[in-house]
Amino acid sequence: MSKVSIKKQLTVEAPIERAFRVFTANMTTWWPKSHHIGKSPLAQCVVEPRVGGRWYEVDEDGSECDWGQVLAWEPPHRLVLAWQLDATFAFNRELVTEVEVRFSELAPQRTRVDFEHRDLEKIGNVIEGPQSMDTGWGMILEEFVRSAAG
Amino acid sequence: MTNRLDGFAALGDPTRRAVFERLARRPRAVGELAAGLPISRPAVSQHLKVLESAGLVTHERQGVRRIYRIDPSGIEAMRSYLDRFWDQALAAFKRAAEQEPS
Repeated sequence: MSKVSIKKQLTVEAPIERAFRVFTANMTTWWPKSHHIGKSPLAQCVVEPRVGGRWYEVDEDGSECDWGQVLAWEPPHRLVLAWQLDATFAFNRELVTEVEVRFSELAPQRTRVDFEHRDLEKIGNVIEGPQSMDTGWGMILEEFVRSAAG
Repeated sequence: MTNRLDGFAALGDPTRRAVFERLARRPRAVGELAAGLPISRPAVSQHLKVLESAGLVTHERQGVRRIYRIDPSGIEAMRSYLDRFWDQALAAFKRAAEQEPS
C-alpha cells in the first residue's frame, strides 16, 4: 500500500527554544479543544519530555487518556511523537503513526517548522477491522461530511 | 472529466452526502440504498459513480449485485480530515508561540 502523509511548513515569529517549548510543554494552549478522547472536557495535553514518555490528555474530571508516546526528543530541534489515535480519535495500541516536527532557526526571533504526519495508510489498515464500519468510520465521516458541507 | 471531483466537492451535494453517510454505517447494495432515499435507482447509481471517482467509495460484485462500501484503504476522506485538523492546530500553535512573552 502506498505511503500517505501530510506535510506542512510554517514560519513562526519566535525564537526556536520558545517554539519548541510552546509546541510541547504548552500544547494545552493551542490544541483544538474539540479534538480529544475523554468524555469530560479537555483540561490539559501532556507530552512527557523524554523518549518513551507518554503523550496524553487530562480531562476536567481528572481522567487521563493516552494519545501515544514520545519517539524522539531533541529539544529544540526535533520531536517525533507516535500518534496512536485512529480516525475517530480513539486510542489504539496496535496503531502507530508518526508525527515529526523539526524546528530550524532562521533568525533569533524566527523559526521554521517542518511538520509531517506520516504512515496514515496504517489507519486505513486498522479501519478494515470487523466492527470499524459502525464505530470508527461513522464518527469521523459525519464530522468530515459536516465540514465539507460547511 | 466533469464528474472527477475531489472528496470535498463530491460531498457538496446533499443527496450524495446522504448516500455516503449510509455507506459509512455499513456496506449496502444499490437497491437497498435507493429504498431508503427519495430518489430513483439510476440516480443513486449516478451518485455512487461520482463518489467512487472521488476515491470515497468502492464496490465489489456479489453475484449480480454490486455492494458499495466506504473505501477502506485509508482514503481521501481520512487524509483530508487530518489535513484540515492539522491546519487548524498548527495555526493555533503559531499564534500561541508568537503571543507568548519571551
